[in-house]
Amino acid sequence: MHGIFTIYRKEMEDHFSSIRFLLIAALIVMVGVIIASMVGMSMQDELKGVAKPNFVFLLLFTSTGKLFSFTQFIGFLGPLIGIILGFDAVNRERTGRTLSKLVSQPIYRDAIINAKFLAGVTMISIVMASLVLIISGLGIRLVGVVPGADEVWRLLIYFVLSVLYISFWLGAAILFSVVFRSTATSALASLAAWIFLSFFVGLGGSFLADAVAPMNQTADVAQATEAFISNDRVQRIVSFLAPATLYGDATSTILDPLRKTPRSFILMGPLERLSLSRFQNPLPLGQSVVIVAPFLISLIAITFVCFGICYMVFMRQEIRST
Amino acid sequence: MEKEIVIRMEGLTKRYGTQTAVDRLSLDVAEGEIFGFLGPNGAGKTTTMLMLLGLTEPTAGTVRVCGFDPARDPLKVKEIIGYLPENVGFYEDMDARQNLRYIARLNRVPDRVSAVRIDRLLDEVDLAKEADKPVGSYSKGMKQRLGIAEVLVKEPRVVFLDEPTIGLDPDGTNRMLDLISALSRERQMTIFFSSHLLDQVQRISDRIGIMIKGKLVAAGPLAELAHRGLGLEEGEAYTIEEIYMKYFKEG
Repeated sequence: MHGIFTIYRKEMEDHFSSIRFLLIAALIVMVGVIIASMVGMSMQDELKGVAKPNFVFLLLFTSTGKLFSFTQFIGFLGPLIGIILGFDAVNRERTGRTLSKLVSQPIYRDAIINAKFLAGVTMISIVMASLVLIISGLGIRLVGVVPGADEVWRLLIYFVLSVLYISFWLGAAILFSVVFRSTATSALASLAAWIFLSFFVGLGGSFLADAVAPMNQTADVAQATEAFISNDRVQRIVSFLAPATLYGDATSTILDPLRKTPRSFILMGPLERLSLSRFQNPLPLGQSVVIVAPFLISLIAITFVCFGICYMVFMRQEIRST
Repeated sequence: MEKEIVIRMEGLTKRYGTQTAVDRLSLDVAEGEIFGFLGPNGAGKTTTMLMLLGLTEPTAGTVRVCGFDPARDPLKVKEIIGYLPENVGFYEDMDARQNLRYIARLNRVPDRVSAVRIDRLLDEVDLAKEADKPVGSYSKGMKQRLGIAEVLVKEPRVVFLDEPTIGLDPDGTNRMLDLISALSRERQMTIFFSSHLLDQVQRISDRIGIMIKGKLVAAGPLAELAHRGLGLEEGEAYTIEEIYMKYFKEG
């Protein structure tokens, strides 16, 4: 534990004194202010005509305003924060020739990688917490809404989800920094993985879905619906390969209590339709958590698997000075 | 009194695939000795050191450093040894003191103890004036001397130096060698250092070992090697080059 703590402390000092931290801090302030003011301005229009608006405070995070919502922004660019924090974690030590010195100190070798990961997660938590707090603060000032206990809990769960999601990318970036000796290569590899998982998996999913379960033009409504459903199912399964999908599904349900399922459409019989039209109330927190739980667990799982691989590769590597 | 054996290797072998980097190496180094490990580049000197440190596992054979097995008890071994890798690196944006303090902390030396120790060491390696400059601005010789200070900050019993004089100018080399022999004289540390430069090994070592292509072809005090290798009588003149070339050809 001693080794982990010492390296953790040094890593945190490094993070705070590096230029990339300035970069991230600038990003936080910029995004926080832009989103809060954008949403603050458009909030009024959105709430027009709503008799008894519910969960107005959460709208700060989910309302798309003119461009994008905060959750979309994090889902899209959050990975970059993880990559920036982790892409040179280990190979920086290697190219600086400090790694062989570090491993010859009386610390367990895994302390190095654990401490680096933990320091990264701490930084991510700081970034996310400050973003959420800036938006909340500005929101309270601009819009004048105050969060209820339920909303605070939902935000807290959202915060945990986001930290996990970005930590997955931190783990991936550290993995690349272990595998590749040059920092430039690991940065590019991380970016390539990010682009692939964020953009192309969705595209590939729809291709695969059309190939596996094509939607033929038929007059038979039942058959067409059937085909549509199976097509969608294939797409969803493929899209789960992308952490961004997991994150998007989870956050949209936890931050929007009126959404009762992460799916974009559901097949409803007449009874379900009736019950849905009767009960338009928001889901209680407990039920939202039940919906989110599988996503939360999957996010934890992929983050751990990613870090686990990284750990294994690092422990098996031979460290030479040359 | 018989001196304690601090480094013991028996039949030590390391293979990478089909290539044998170190071949059945058996060697003892006694306490307080300066052992010069001589050999051309790629002879397996660094690999031997890595096995002594527990950074790589031997394919066969046994190693003991102060009675501990580096492969089994790496932390025990790393607590009592200091290792200066070839071309050591530092955290370039930190100054000398911060670099040393980091290593001291990793060795559980409390800050107030290490503060005194670091000042003394920086004085010893002649870096006290530059102590507050970032290490990135240091010359090669200064970095190498800082490396020695870093090895000593944990007060080790055994010191491993991998090519400590590589890439240094004559002045830097001299200072480095003086520093190393002073360590052994004043602190009774056991020093195991590798080099491919003959005259340096000759100057400071009590005993030398010559390693060629993974095999230890000769080990012992210089005079004895000359006697055995060249068949010279006692008192006859010889140079280490002669001995080295003799063994090199045999190897």
